[in-house]
Amino acid sequence: MASTAIRTGGTAGRLSLPPLVEARAARSNLGDRIFRTVLRLAAGAVLLLVLALAGEMARTAWPAMQKFGARFLVTSTWDPVAEQFGALPFVYGTLLSSLLAMLIAVPLGIGAAVFLAELAPQWIRPPIAFLVELVAAVPSVVYGLWGIFVLAPLMRTWIQPFLGSTLGFLPLFQGPPYGVGMLTAGIILAIMVVPFITAVSREVLLAVPNSQREAALALGATRWETTRLAVLRYGRSGLIGAGLLGLGRALGETMAVTMVIGNRPEVAISLFAPGYTMASVIANEFTEATSDLYLSALIEVGLLLFLVTVAVNGLARLLVWSVGGAVKVVRE
Amino acid sequence: MVDGIQVTGVNAWFGSVHVLKGIDLAMAPKAVTAIIGPSGCGKSTFIRCLNRMHEVVPEARVSGTVLVEGEDVYAAGVDPVQVRRRIGMVFQRPNPFPTMSVFDNVAAGLRLAGMRRRADLQEAVERALRQAALWDEVKDGLDKSGTSLSGGQQQRLCIARALAVDPAVLLMDEPCSALDPIATARIEELILELRGALTIVIVTHNMQQAARVSEATAFFLMGELVEFGVTRELFTNPRDKRTEDYITGRFG
Amino acid sequence: MTARTRRVVNRVMGGLTALAAGLVILPLLLIFGFLLFQGASAVNVDFFTHLPKPVGEDGGGMANAIIGSLILVGLAACLGLPIGILGGVYLAESRDRRMPWLVRFLADVLNGVPSIVIGIFAYALVVLPMRRFSALAGAVALAVIMLPIVVRTSEELVRLVPSSLREAALALGIPEWKVILRVVLPTARAGIITGVMVAVARVAGETAPLLFTAFGNRFWHQGLDQPIAALPLQIFAYAIAPYDDWHRQAWAGALVLIGMVFIVSLAARVATRGRFSGVR
Repeated sequence: MASTAIRTGGTAGRLSLPPLVEARAARSNLGDRIFRTVLRLAAGAVLLLVLALAGEMARTAWPAMQKFGARFLVTSTWDPVAEQFGALPFVYGTLLSSLLAMLIAVPLGIGAAVFLAELAPQWIRPPIAFLVELVAAVPSVVYGLWGIFVLAPLMRTWIQPFLGSTLGFLPLFQGPPYGVGMLTAGIILAIMVVPFITAVSREVLLAVPNSQREAALALGATRWETTRLAVLRYGRSGLIGAGLLGLGRALGETMAVTMVIGNRPEVAISLFAPGYTMASVIANEFTEATSDLYLSALIEVGLLLFLVTVAVNGLARLLVWSVGGAVKVVRE
Repeated sequence: MVDGIQVTGVNAWFGSVHVLKGIDLAMAPKAVTAIIGPSGCGKSTFIRCLNRMHEVVPEARVSGTVLVEGEDVYAAGVDPVQVRRRIGMVFQRPNPFPTMSVFDNVAAGLRLAGMRRRADLQEAVERALRQAALWDEVKDGLDKSGTSLSGGQQQRLCIARALAVDPAVLLMDEPCSALDPIATARIEELILELRGALTIVIVTHNMQQAARVSEATAFFLMGELVEFGVTRELFTNPRDKRTEDYITGRFG
Repeated sequence: MTARTRRVVNRVMGGLTALAAGLVILPLLLIFGFLLFQGASAVNVDFFTHLPKPVGEDGGGMANAIIGSLILVGLAACLGLPIGILGGVYLAESRDRRMPWLVRFLADVLNGVPSIVIGIFAYALVVLPMRRFSALAGAVALAVIMLPIVVRTSEELVRLVPSSLREAALALGIPEWKVILRVVLPTARAGIITGVMVAVARVAGETAPLLFTAFGNRFWHQGLDQPIAALPLQIFAYAIAPYDDWHRQAWAGALVLIGMVFIVSLAARVATRGRFSGVR
């Protein structure tokens, strides 16, 4: 029969096929298994790392947690000599500076994202998007440097006196203009965080389906009206997520803030007053920590910071993902 | 013909790709004109040129004249936004605004045009929903989300949204291709009801649909208008061989 | 609203958002300009070749800091890249049910952890047992920071390789692991390299986690188990010190640092142009 002839036919010019089941298959199966195991190990390493991070911090912070308990969060005394540690000034400072930064950065960031994704003429989009990326790439210490030598003197000489004379009736703007302080820290945080918010918001807006824009345009809407009606409303939760991601960034920002916030562990109402953040106190005092309890207290501050940022970022990602599937969010 | 739509020498490009080549076409007012042709022949591009939607895409260009009710929509100084206000469009996939209720969806165009008073809006919305044969189904749930309706209902919602601003022309780009046969039949009924009230141009890949709803049909092939005529004539006695080949299913 | 009002509003909003975009970019120009103006004069051959002078003396350079940074980043890459890339490949190729989701979630968590907290972790992990600050500790900290970035970009790029390519190889009878190693990874290689470059540019500028791991050093590096200088650390130390000459060197250092970061980012951008068209 023709078929058997083909099967058992001559070997001239034919590949001899190995039998279907056997050594070759077993070998590749082994190869697959080894490969997959290696991959799983790498993934497991990531898992282990995060757990180790949380675990190590909890362990080294335990002595302080034990000694001060919940009072840690609400006491203002930070006295290394007497070994009394209360983290309130740092929590206050972190929250206030971040809040200030958000007030400035969120409107600016979303506005810039709307420009880039919806309203700008096509030719201008790539260069501006690239420049925004560059702003995000500037290291924190360089911002801090600029903050010390340019922004702080500017604040001290012009902006703070101006605010003091016009809005000085508010306790927010009272007190001597040091230049460094909460307001300066808030401004520099805003500058650092805004490109990040812009980038994420832009991705959110780009994820809004085009059919929505077309629906609005076909009704006779202008570009802005289309953005307002079809895009911003649709991407609302994603934009909130972008803001929250920016907040997460601001909460953990260390160097630039340390260099311009004045580093005084006090809770003050005025925005002109120096302050202290959780990240800054760790940066400044970690290597100076003379006793185990001191170190433990600092690490507890770090643990607090860790928990807060994880919570904020977790919530943010949930919101960002809700618009058009997984929007790419990577630390730029 | 002063009314209706007159297209003269329209060419369209996507970048350097020439997708519409010298189209001349006169569509009768208050009648239904169908545009048929195989995929990629330029029929969707054509109707998007009528309400200046084509140029929204980056690198897209149009040249030529399109007279709607006697005025050239491509004349210098004409605001595309105003053009789109007078010409309504319904798309292949229903696209109601998901963050808005049924009522707000239909009212969207009205609000853009400046209608503010609640009473006026309610009247206009009801009228549009009745025209779109959707009123009875949604009248008790006007504040439900636009996307809570079925596919066919969503498409009728989009039609109501387009009709609410009282356009002179309604463009429909394969409005039934994402719908099941029952929903499709309801929309075809709707088109027959609207016939005589406004000018309708419908792109369809379904020749039977074109035969059912339209009075005139245009056959496009590779960016050119091959034949245009009374629907019955075109389908029973096409003048061009290419038309005949398409209709008898030899390609496309 | 009349048609004219709507046109005006459209223009105004266009202008406002353009202003916002301008304000976002403005600090870049201000900072870069400031550094060029103030720091360019101090960037000379000495800067790149000399050690810092003792306190109070003028002159000297940041050679050890530059080399230190290179060592730290290089070591961090050696530690972080293999795990990161393999982890990314795992996320893209694995058919396990729960683990990929968990790993991805935790990588994202790690991504959001402030770098100073990661410094604390490296301190607890390396400095405490070794009882001293060291280059190794600094490298570990930087590697942990790099890890989630590399994992996510690797995953994305491996996913981007068209499945038709995979299927063609599989249909030839090639075992799956070879397909990944010999077909998928080489295709994704260019993208992964640029992802790595972005991650490297990011960690090169990190200061906070190095404060109590690498710690800094005014001399040449003396071994991976000793404290080591790093450019951002040196910039920080000089910036907060009271000496004018040190301030000038800080500006010079910042200029060099920002220049390196920009060049790498630019190169990465150019390399991926056309690969992802994120522009509408």
